[in-house]
Amino acid sequence: MHLKKVLIDNKSLIGLLLLMCAVSLFSPNFLTVDNLLNILRQTSINAIIALGMTYVILTAGIDLSVGSVLAFSSAICATLIANDSSMIVAVFATLAVGGLLGAANGVVISFFGVQPFIATLVGMTIVRGATLVYTGGRPISTGDFDVAESFYTLGGGYLFGIPIPIIIALVVFVIGWIILNKARLGRYVYAIGGSEQVTRIAGINVNTVKMTVYVLSGVMAALAGIILTARLESAQPTAGAGYELDAIAAVVLGGTSLMGGRGTLVGTLIGALIIGVLNNALNLMDVSSYYQQIAKGAVILLAVVVDSRVKHTS
Amino acid sequence: MTTLLQLDGISKSFSGINVLDKVNLEMQAGSVIGLAGENGAGKSTLMKIITGVYSKDEGRLRLRGEEKVFNTPRQAMDAGIAIIHQELNLLPELSVAENIFLGREPKGFLGLINQLIMHEKTVQLMQRLNQKISPDQTVGSLSIAQQQMVEIARALSFDADVIIMDEPTDALSERESEILFQVVDDLKSQGKALAYISHRLQEIFKLCNEVAVLRDGSMVHSGATQDIDEDELIRHMVGRTLSEKYPYTAAVPGDTRLRVENIHAPGVNDFSFSARAGEVIGFSGLAGSGRTEFARALYGMTCVSQGVVEIDGTAVSIHTPGDAVSAGVGYVTEDRKGEGLIQDHGLRSNMTLSALSLFQTKYGLIDRRREIDAVHKYIEVFSIKTQSSEMPVAQLSGGNQQKVSIAKTLIPGPRIVILDEPTRGVDVGAKREIYLLIQQLKEQGLCILLMSSDLPEILGISDRIMVVARGHVIAEFTREEADQEKIMHAAIAREEKCI
Ligand SMILES: Nc1ncnc2c1ncn2[C@@H]1O[C@H](COP(=O)(O)OP(=O)(O)OP(=O)(O)O)[C@@H](O)[C@H]1O
Ligand SMILES: [Mg+2]
Repeated sequence: MHLKKVLIDNKSLIGLLLLMCAVSLFSPNFLTVDNLLNILRQTSINAIIALGMTYVILTAGIDLSVGSVLAFSSAICATLIANDSSMIVAVFATLAVGGLLGAANGVVISFFGVQPFIATLVGMTIVRGATLVYTGGRPISTGDFDVAESFYTLGGGYLFGIPIPIIIALVVFVIGWIILNKARLGRYVYAIGGSEQVTRIAGINVNTVKMTVYVLSGVMAALAGIILTARLESAQPTAGAGYELDAIAAVVLGGTSLMGGRGTLVGTLIGALIIGVLNNALNLMDVSSYYQQIAKGAVILLAVVVDSRVKHTS
Repeated sequence: MTTLLQLDGISKSFSGINVLDKVNLEMQAGSVIGLAGENGAGKSTLMKIITGVYSKDEGRLRLRGEEKVFNTPRQAMDAGIAIIHQELNLLPELSVAENIFLGREPKGFLGLINQLIMHEKTVQLMQRLNQKISPDQTVGSLSIAQQQMVEIARALSFDADVIIMDEPTDALSERESEILFQVVDDLKSQGKALAYISHRLQEIFKLCNEVAVLRDGSMVHSGATQDIDEDELIRHMVGRTLSEKYPYTAAVPGDTRLRVENIHAPGVNDFSFSARAGEVIGFSGLAGSGRTEFARALYGMTCVSQGVVEIDGTAVSIHTPGDAVSAGVGYVTEDRKGEGLIQDHGLRSNMTLSALSLFQTKYGLIDRRREIDAVHKYIEVFSIKTQSSEMPVAQLSGGNQQKVSIAKTLIPGPRIVILDEPTRGVDVGAKREIYLLIQQLKEQGLCILLMSSDLPEILGISDRIMVVARGHVIAEFTREEADQEKIMHAAIAREEKCI
């Protein structure tokens, strides 16, 4: 009885561990420090986006525009670096751009009352269009100034032997966790997902909270964009396409309810790792990228089905 | 008399905690059995076992002598058992007719739903209940009382032999309750077996020929109603005798705390009165009189189009519930399921939702310890029956949910508290605790606006009484002047003049 509850409560973690065991049987290269760090580094971008997505989904919303916001912010960031602006300015300006795009989503959702799915679907299309217009469909290099070199460390550098993207992801997760679990905002996020009506009547400004989570989601997408730009030393106009699905999958695999009100950031982190391990394993096993998509979809489907089964029986 | 339904040694526990312990119950044809007991005694759980919502751990259920096991509500329905649940179970987006016939819509040509028959049957049911509710109206647009009538209509539509009513008058006004009582009497004379749960003991004495009392999951009394009086029934319920039903202390009111002048809002028409600190103002009126609408307007849930609201001498403009909370106004809604509590969330996070800023440390984080202390204080003061402060409120008994809802409003420390049907679904003992608490709050100088359809309650604890009709205060009585007749007279006279 007790054991069963422990198992159910930690099913994402158990899933991750089982997956890792299985992969290490197939591929001897899997359980090496280099490869594990590699997985973490690749996961950090999705994890950062999924952090913002968790807040959004907890309010019973969704943000489909993150991939496009990432691409647009990336283009802005690359332009700034290529024009020799300081790194601080480039980073904060890019985060601000992501925040503004998120705010636009938030306004449409909370003040015009448009469904989050539709609002951010439209946002995704418009922002992707804007990115293509801005870049003319061509990549933007971060250029040859000195700043470009130091900027590269954000994506490709190491601190104490650990890739910097991993450190960034950890820091934002710690802050995100504290806000979600210890601050008022976090409580309101859960409350809105539980019942928007009850929350509003309790005197909470629901619109402001919703605005905040979409802004946060935009900022997180921009942060992911910065890391990607640094790593590739350029901005790609089609960057981030399909990232929204990976982020949503991470959130759902982590046990957060799409109906809102229930879920954790630790779960999301585990969910992101599951996807990271899966991608890595498929690469190690030389599965072609076409099949990878099918395999990934199948695993996510399996996880969701198991999840709803477990919920039914308990 | 024939026994229709027989329960033998029913036991049930939730996560190791015993809620029902070897309960026996018989329901006879042509008889109404009243079921009484404190909040959390297990009444609703027992009824949910009969109707297949919960499975029993132990015991047997016989229907017309035949042993049955119901695994789903559907099976119980098909066997001829209907129930009006304590909490509303309607889909707000669907129409009245669709709600009543949900899952068993009359089929016609090509298996399509026969709208005509559904419509017609709904009209008949509404006539039987004397309601002016159109079958096509969406349920969400109805008042809580009307929604309850729809629930009743649905239970009747099964034409079941065993009918269970779990606090059916909870959301009804006198007039609608009378209609229901008539229906109960009719069903009884048609030879149906009824179980009737209520915390309004007069109703049990009026309607039921038998009465059974649950205490902490055990059946502690059962017998004919005529062999027992109210005091004895209460003693069986709470295990002791209760002194004075409506505790009241005369307090010296302070300065004018709230002045409302010529307020206009949806359903509210030129509403004026004033209330002083340390006063309990009772608002009485028939269903749809505009009491609740006024409460909502004052609390910023609907728009005040005209008029002045002054709190402690300063004019305030309240446009949202957030404004109201900051102005020191608290509101306990009459619809605790839809508006009061987040059902899946724990008791603690529900209780402190409006007051989180009180528990903030200087770093902007919430001090969990202080929050939990506040929650435990109210669990104790209201004797809320719960396994822990994290238990989802959906798993609390109805009355305990109501207590959580009141605590939630009090924690921010309001100056004015609007209580809309605060003792709805609350047992006698806890009612008294709530009345005592109201007196305490009054002595602390709070101004209390009490909206209730329970007239004795209004008379029992208010300092002044406003009679409301058509969104307007039509008469005002002091505690000394007021009596049941005067108030009913004032309310009805006005209604008739308008018709
Ligand atoms: N699904 C559940 N899980 C855990 N505990 C439950 C669940 N449902 C009910 N309980 C507990 O069982 C006890 C009995 O609840 P029940 O709803 O039957 O009380 P009741 O007699 O109907 O009270 P009330 O008069 O307040 O409606 C309560 O302590 C309640 O918390
Ligand atoms: Mg009950």
